[in-house]
Amino acid sequence: MTATATTGAIAAAPGGLFAHTGYITGRWLRAQLRQPAYLVFSLLQPAIWLLLFGQLFKGIVNLPGFDSDSYIAFLTPGIVIMTALLSSGWSGTGFILDMERGIMDRMLTSPVRRGALMAGQLVSQAVSILIQGVIVLVMGIAAGARYDGGAAGFAVTLGTAVLLAVGFCSLSNAVALLTRQQTALIGIFQFVSLPLTFLSSVMMDPDLAPDWVATAARYNPVDWAVVASREALSADPNWAVVGWRAGFLATFAVVVAWLCTRAFRTYQRSA
Amino acid sequence: MTVQAPYPASAERASATPALEVADLVKTYRSGGRKKTEVRALDGVSFSVPAGTVFGLLGPNGAGKSTTVKILTTLSRADSGTARVMGLDVVADQERVRLAIGYVSQKSGADTEATGRENLVLSGRIYGLSRHEAGQRADALLERFGLAEAAGRLVRTYSGGMQRKLDVALGLIHRPRVLFLDEPTTGLDPEARADMWAEIERLSTEDGITVLLTTHYLEEADRLAGQLAIVDRGRVVAEGTPESLKAALHGDAIQIDLAEAGTMGEARLLVERMPGVGALHLDGVTLRARVDSGAAAVPAVLGVLDDAGIAVSSVTMSRPSLDDVYLQHAGRSFTNADRAEEERAA
Repeated sequence: MTATATTGAIAAAPGGLFAHTGYITGRWLRAQLRQPAYLVFSLLQPAIWLLLFGQLFKGIVNLPGFDSDSYIAFLTPGIVIMTALLSSGWSGTGFILDMERGIMDRMLTSPVRRGALMAGQLVSQAVSILIQGVIVLVMGIAAGARYDGGAAGFAVTLGTAVLLAVGFCSLSNAVALLTRQQTALIGIFQFVSLPLTFLSSVMMDPDLAPDWVATAARYNPVDWAVVASREALSADPNWAVVGWRAGFLATFAVVVAWLCTRAFRTYQRSA
Repeated sequence: MTVQAPYPASAERASATPALEVADLVKTYRSGGRKKTEVRALDGVSFSVPAGTVFGLLGPNGAGKSTTVKILTTLSRADSGTARVMGLDVVADQERVRLAIGYVSQKSGADTEATGRENLVLSGRIYGLSRHEAGQRADALLERFGLAEAAGRLVRTYSGGMQRKLDVALGLIHRPRVLFLDEPTTGLDPEARADMWAEIERLSTEDGITVLLTTHYLEEADRLAGQLAIVDRGRVVAEGTPESLKAALHGDAIQIDLAEAGTMGEARLLVERMPGVGALHLDGVTLRARVDSGAAAVPAVLGVLDDAGIAVSSVTMSRPSLDDVYLQHAGRSFTNADRAEEERAA
């Protein structure tokens, strides 16, 4: 900071959005690394989904009309996306703890960019979703899944997982800012996350489900992510399908992230 | 250290601009739900704080102290009225206000999952210090607040007093011109409180920082604040130095606790009629009054009550305290006001 000699003049706001986002990201990543139990369970959980559902629904591929001959290959991208969704729901709990401890208020009286408070937390969540995604893919491949789509397919799977996570983390953060209650937040996400998972092609080919499920899936961001991932992992991807779904997801993520930044203002007005 | 105050202290001393200027703040909270209730937290609060002083906002819970601080620190907005910090409007100039202030909220504000030093460095970086500067400043503050040894420990492991010191250090990282301390010693043990008081005194005497302190401890306000505003039900009911506020009350305070509540009516009539007795307040079995001379009044009052067969369980006489000032201006004793507000909030 440089001193300005004129009376009453206080130096211009320091640091930009990017610098502030970097600091805030660092804070959350460090906090995540300090919770080894959380780390272990957040990696164990998708492994359990993969093995459990992989065994449980193994026979589905034998149904006439099922669009894949290896269920583990079908399921793996679904679990990557499902993990992204389920982890995202918890995102807002960080904000609630910050509000309870007074960290949020201290931050809001500082020149920190409001967007950075949000973005830094989202980036840190995206990093852990990315790591989880890679691990799930590796486990899937170890369990026998094979993909012709190669690197591009993996990149799309991880990319859509991150976009979905950004959307749902923002949603979770917005709910946190508006309700300020851990129980309300968790309740709402419990209520939303499983229906969103089952009303999509995470575990089941929607062509084999009732019509209304297939219809609902078309409007479900979770399904957009799963469809785009599977398409990109296939031998001969239809990039239009991938592009549209990724586009919907990106729009969803941006709109919700923007709404969440608005929620900051509401939080401040009612302070 | 390359960090400098946003502008030189000399210029500030020369200028007559008060550090804080608050005029007619009004703030109403609307609670949601089916029954829309409105709580008027601030009902026209005004005061002014000269630069480099410690100003105390004293009042019971729910009086409007924290709301005032939240408006001054840009956390909340008033429905009407104006507030300026170092001449900057808290709404129009909020970015610059944020650089000029430090805020220590009631609820700590430190990240318990980070170390003390990490908290300070992060905060320094947000205010635009380089990595090197932020580190140096963090170490200097840790040293100053006696936290150097605990610097690398997670804040979760700190004692209450240590956490509170870290909170204040966090508020000072960017060398603010004005520091807001919202109930800085609530919940601290007496030793930690005395420590904190010494630190707060240093802030204005050595660092030349303007401090706005809210407290509901009369003792704290008396000890630390050069100027005081007594707040009750969203209004400033009295303002001045603790001494001038006390001096404005003539004579001594006497407090008589009766053995039976039923005798209060009669006791009141008797005491009221005595010469030199004024400002009578009744409260359960307690009767408070101001008298010209306590030494003369106590035996006389006891005599009158004894003659009437009214049993007294205790009598105390005191030089005017801020509690008396509060009683005088708010029309209720401080502890009762505190209790009433807590019950209302519950």
